[in-house]
Amino acid sequence: MQYEAVVIGVSAGGLAALSGILKELPVDFALPVIIIQHRSREERTLLEEVMQAKCRIRIKQADEKERIERSVVYFAPADYHLLIEKDRSFSLSRDMPVNFSRPSVDVLFMAASEVYGDRLIAMILTGAGKDGAEGVRAVRQRGGLTVAQDPEDAFFPDMPRAAIETGCVQYILKPTELKNLLLNIGGK
Amino acid sequence: MGDELELKELLESIRFVYGYDFTEYAAASVKRRIDHFMITNKFNSLKTLGKTLLKEDGFFEQFIQEITVNVTEMFRDPPFYKSLRENIMGRLATYPFIKIWIAGASTGEEVYSLAIFLREKGLLERSVIYATDINQKALQTAREGIYPIRNMKAYTENYIKAGGQHSLSDYYVAKYDSVLLDRSLRQNIVFAAHNLAADRSFNEFQLISCRNVLIYFNQDLQNKVIDLFYESLCPLGILALGNKESLLFSDRKGKFEMLDRKEKIFIKTD
Ligand SMILES: C[S@@+](CC[C@H](N)C(=O)[O-])C[C@H]1O[C@@H](n2cnc3c(N)ncnc32)[C@H](O)[C@@H]1O
Repeated sequence: MQYEAVVIGVSAGGLAALSGILKELPVDFALPVIIIQHRSREERTLLEEVMQAKCRIRIKQADEKERIERSVVYFAPADYHLLIEKDRSFSLSRDMPVNFSRPSVDVLFMAASEVYGDRLIAMILTGAGKDGAEGVRAVRQRGGLTVAQDPEDAFFPDMPRAAIETGCVQYILKPTELKNLLLNIGGK
Repeated sequence: MGDELELKELLESIRFVYGYDFTEYAAASVKRRIDHFMITNKFNSLKTLGKTLLKEDGFFEQFIQEITVNVTEMFRDPPFYKSLRENIMGRLATYPFIKIWIAGASTGEEVYSLAIFLREKGLLERSVIYATDINQKALQTAREGIYPIRNMKAYTENYIKAGGQHSLSDYYVAKYDSVLLDRSLRQNIVFAAHNLAADRSFNEFQLISCRNVLIYFNQDLQNKVIDLFYESLCPLGILALGNKESLLFSDRKGKFEMLDRKEKIFIKTD
């Protein structure tokens, strides 16, 4: 299977979990990685800066109408939902929060699943709440690959657990396995 | 739900029958709103939705409310209002008469926010604010200036962060679970319907604020609207966009210069 993109949803406890994975990705990683990390509404670019300091792969905040490129890790900006257009560019929206969240994982995953169909990998990592569960369902219904961090290992198990409870998660993995999966698919 | 082509056809027929053009909106967001509308109104295909829309007049009104995103706040993005207050109001003060256009004003929270800051700077009396939107129902709410009291705590925090000099409660009276904004703020505000995708320039302004509207448009429509704003600004007029809306990806970059990079405030150059 030729995958086209990776989407990741993560909330509380995410910084450590994410950096553990992202710092292993090579600069020429074969896919784009698009991440919803719940963040404070007023924060502007701190998350991207902190992450870039730890990683080799390019990290940036998703910009409105920006074309999605491989070998880049994108974070959704604070206080905007992140959507994907058919032409593989980003759209932003300040519509109502979903699951008390803006950006919301469900919103990104649903939009991504419509565009990428079965060429999408979706991952839910540590987090409180249940954002992402409906998104995982949508990804799976369109044939995408769905993965959750093992709740036993997650700082906050609720989010991966809610995703798993939909019955739509195919793989439940430890952090090193998550990393290896990505490297196998896009690491060359 | 429904494929791309069907969606396109639906938007085309809406344009044809009702004259509202959503064909140049960013598709992902329109799609999301329509899916949502279909679920709440129990439509199982775009076809049946299309039929009902074209047959039932009142129903279309309801649909229009749902398809546009009207979410807004008072003093939304406080750093923007702070910059407006500290960097832009001084420029406005040099004009004997100040004309301002707020395009995509939605339910008006932003309009009253600006009016409050103009008043605090002693500029409101010689200003006129034209507040426009495509959504008539939102405009009606804006005119009334009545908002849920539960939002005021967040708005008060925004107001303070933005550098407000009084107490936000000086500007409203609370009644039951609503607040009514000070009527005198409204004296210099004109609320009117205007469709950015179809209507033309109607005046010349010293400041145009169009925040969190362009993100819902595709690149072509964005460019058209930026041109419309360019035409509608006086020399050295100010254009304020939302904090993730830059002119970066637009072809009209050369016509404006940055005044505040972070808050996306631009000045018309020539
Ligand atoms: C998210 S609100 C922005 C409100 C406010 N400016 C803010 O930043 O909070 C977007 C508004 O744009 C309006 N809008 C959408 N399409 C429009 C068009 N073609 N012409 C004028 N207004 C439009 C919608 O009705 C909605 O009220």
